[in-house]
Amino acid sequence: MATALNEHIVTSYEDELINLNKAISEMGGMVEQAITDAANALLKLDHKAAQDVRQYDKRIDGMKDRITEMAVSIIARRQPIAVDLRMVVTAIQVANDLERTGDMAKQLAKRTVQIESLALAPKFYNGVKHMTDLVARQLKAALDAYASRDAAKAVDVCAHDDEVDAMHTSLFRELLTYMMEDPRNISQCIHLLFCTKSLERVGDHATNIAEAAYYLETGRQLGQDETQRQQL
Amino acid sequence: MDTLTGNTRVTQSPDVTSTPVELSKRTTRLTARDVTVHYGSKQALHGISIDIPDRAVTSFIGPSGCGKSTFLRCINRMNDTIEGAKVGGTIKLDGEDIYDPSLDVVELRARIGMVFQKPNPFPKSIYDNVAYGPRIHGLARSRAEMDEIVHSSLRKAGLWQEVKDRLAEPGTGLSGGQQQRLCIARAIAVSPEVILMDEPCSALDPIATAIIEELIDELRENYTIVIVTHSMQQAARVSQKTAFFHLGNLVEEGNTSDIFTNPRNKQTQDYITGRIG
Ligand SMILES: Nc1ncnc2c1ncn2[C@@H]1O[C@H](COP(=O)(O)OP(=O)(O)OP(=O)(O)O)[C@@H](O)[C@H]1O
Ligand SMILES: [Mg+2]
Repeated sequence: MATALNEHIVTSYEDELINLNKAISEMGGMVEQAITDAANALLKLDHKAAQDVRQYDKRIDGMKDRITEMAVSIIARRQPIAVDLRMVVTAIQVANDLERTGDMAKQLAKRTVQIESLALAPKFYNGVKHMTDLVARQLKAALDAYASRDAAKAVDVCAHDDEVDAMHTSLFRELLTYMMEDPRNISQCIHLLFCTKSLERVGDHATNIAEAAYYLETGRQLGQDETQRQQL
Repeated sequence: MDTLTGNTRVTQSPDVTSTPVELSKRTTRLTARDVTVHYGSKQALHGISIDIPDRAVTSFIGPSGCGKSTFLRCINRMNDTIEGAKVGGTIKLDGEDIYDPSLDVVELRARIGMVFQKPNPFPKSIYDNVAYGPRIHGLARSRAEMDEIVHSSLRKAGLWQEVKDRLAEPGTGLSGGQQQRLCIARAIAVSPEVILMDEPCSALDPIATAIIEELIDELRENYTIVIVTHSMQQAARVSQKTAFFHLGNLVEEGNTSDIFTNPRNKQTQDYITGRIG
């Protein structure tokens, strides 16, 4: 767990960093919601809900701009160093990954609107549902690790990314089978193929956020530390 | 701003050579071991041990009264001149004990020059300010040689262009930033190996500060520099190695980039980030 930080002597500086972290948490919540809503809309083929997700994305983009402005302003006026600098730099990174994750929710929604009807085996829906749950869990865990500056939890998130990849590969095979079975499935399956790809990307962004959390807490890059550990 | 005016920035971009590997490869110029200082019955330094690398800038940071200036003064034996000050431990320059009784202190101070917080030119001409040291140490055999020393020192200190037509005017008539560069020229004139600077920019505006910082960056190619500064940003900008002092102890030392991105010690972190310690 993170070592507790003392407060800054300048309280307005302290407040600015607190607000920056709050904004990240808020944006994280918005994006988690967008992913869940988009996945539900896809599974239920709910075009209305999908449209809502597309609309919502504009707010997520606006949030990213706000966080970037806050961070740039802190850098310009406070010249943060050490843990403060890592806080500000990772806030920019995380906001960026969250914005891209939001784009993935939008992609899911866009595909959903294009799919007329879905008549696939329930097993398949279960697969997509499963993958959605997994990436949503990864995203939540990564955001938690960031908020609580928990390096061990961050490592854990990165270790689980393989599962997302494995699930993606398995769904890809399954879709391929449906297409071979009946060419009338091809159009929908292509849409779904892109959807699973989007979900897989969400997993990648969750990993990025976890890596940022690790760097925030330790000041070291997770990738380099892992390589060193393997060489030992 | 640069692109609009076409001006070049005064300070250069961060030095890519100041990576951890590079710094550890540098030879050590000064070695301090278990250095203590007492002012009367009051102990100001509690056993400081540090290696100062050659041809690099080392900065000393820490809260007021932690002993930065005291330690800096140990390095050229300036504490000898302070009534009641007692120095213990060893400091070696190139392996040679600078507190060896047989050592000539005047000669030592020529090898280890010092620049102070407040520019302190002598009430003499610009020329004589720079010529003073070389004259005492008999470094020039002729007027031409002395001219050469004075001119090149002023050039190295980045002051030549501004004073070349007024060398006979009093040094005290220069601006604060120019006076500080004059003091640096004076320190350089005796060809020192080490230059100690105690808050050299604290009285200067950002441009004059940037000019001094650029100068320090150039000087480190040929000199070993130790700078005391209260500006975290300055320490981060100019030095390759940073040492953090607290209550007469050396708490943490290391590569400047490590200290300012990821200090290991909590006290260091609290101090440099402006937290309540
Ligand atoms: N000449 C002196 N006589 C007695 N005590 C002194 C003398 N010079 C320094 N001290 C004491 O030694 C301690 C260290 O002082 P020093 O000047 O080295 O601190 P510093 O880190 O340079 O502080 P600052 O950042 O304020 O310049 C302080 O407690 C100071 O009061
Ligand atoms: Mg001092």
